[in-house]
Amino acid sequence: MQSGIGKRVAVLGLCAAGAILLGYVESLIPVLFFVPGMKLGLANLAIVITLYFFGPGNAAAVQLVRIVVVGFLFGNLFSIAFSLAGGFFSLAVMCLAKRYGGFTVYGVSVAGGVSHNIGQICVAAVLVENVRIVYYLPILLLSGLVTGLLIGLAGDETMRRLKTTSNFFF
Amino acid sequence: MRRERRERRMNRRDIALVVFVLAAALAGFALELTWSDSGARLQISVEGEVFGVYDLSRDQTIKIGDGNICRIEDGSAWMEWADCPDQLCVHHAHISCANETVVCLPNRVTLTVLGGEDSEVDTIVSEMSEGRSVRNRQAAAAAPFSHGA
Repeated sequence: MQSGIGKRVAVLGLCAAGAILLGYVESLIPVLFFVPGMKLGLANLAIVITLYFFGPGNAAAVQLVRIVVVGFLFGNLFSIAFSLAGGFFSLAVMCLAKRYGGFTVYGVSVAGGVSHNIGQICVAAVLVENVRIVYYLPILLLSGLVTGLLIGLAGDETMRRLKTTSNFFF
Repeated sequence: MRRERRERRMNRRDIALVVFVLAAALAGFALELTWSDSGARLQISVEGEVFGVYDLSRDQTIKIGDGNICRIEDGSAWMEWADCPDQLCVHHAHISCANETVVCLPNRVTLTVLGGEDSEVDTIVSEMSEGRSVRNRQAAAAAPFSHGA
């Protein structure tokens, strides 16, 4: 397939659409978790794949579009601010982990999941002006670890298949 | 496909990261257990003025002037001894939840729990008890009852 700005727009649009859809699918899953802020983070799957195939800048663009669209569709400005903090902190950590950490998708995804939770809890602590919210941290670390591993597995499998079955991305 | 499945997917650094996060989470849980005092404190007031604030997680006995002795043990507090005639404060239930109060009206001494966990009953009730404790303090400050009659 030819490369160019048109292709880039199309493919990144596809990634953003995938991220938004995954976020919607996740909202259909009944609440399995008992701590606020604990979630699967399926949308991160699309972000991880974008990061691996198209690099940090494009991943950031997809992340921004995803958060703003999902925020205006289902949330409010408050939830957008909340998501931006967690989303971009985790993306930054994932970029660093990928570039300098020597991790595979699993490590990058775990770093992303854990840092997402840390970022959100920091914002929450500032907004609520209550430092005791930090008591949630261990359980959120644990949930970030587990969901990060799951997303890493899903991302690994997805990318293997995309690489072997599709020349769309390359 | 089968060969792919057998190959090692995570590298050493991944595993190190997982172990590190696990250790951090466990350390956090352990810290929370040791700090399980929940930050609750006991404020003792005499004649409407703060006499002292004490950690509810530290067992101790506090002498309040000559008329009262307060005991803190296992996260709850009670009036152990009082020289007042009615002994209402001594018979009052032990307090441990936020805003719970023991009042010794004759000596105008109040014990109030600050912070910590709300009582397990309704929030409304705990708000009421907060209001009540304020009113009690005001009453204690405003009306010099003469007990002992």
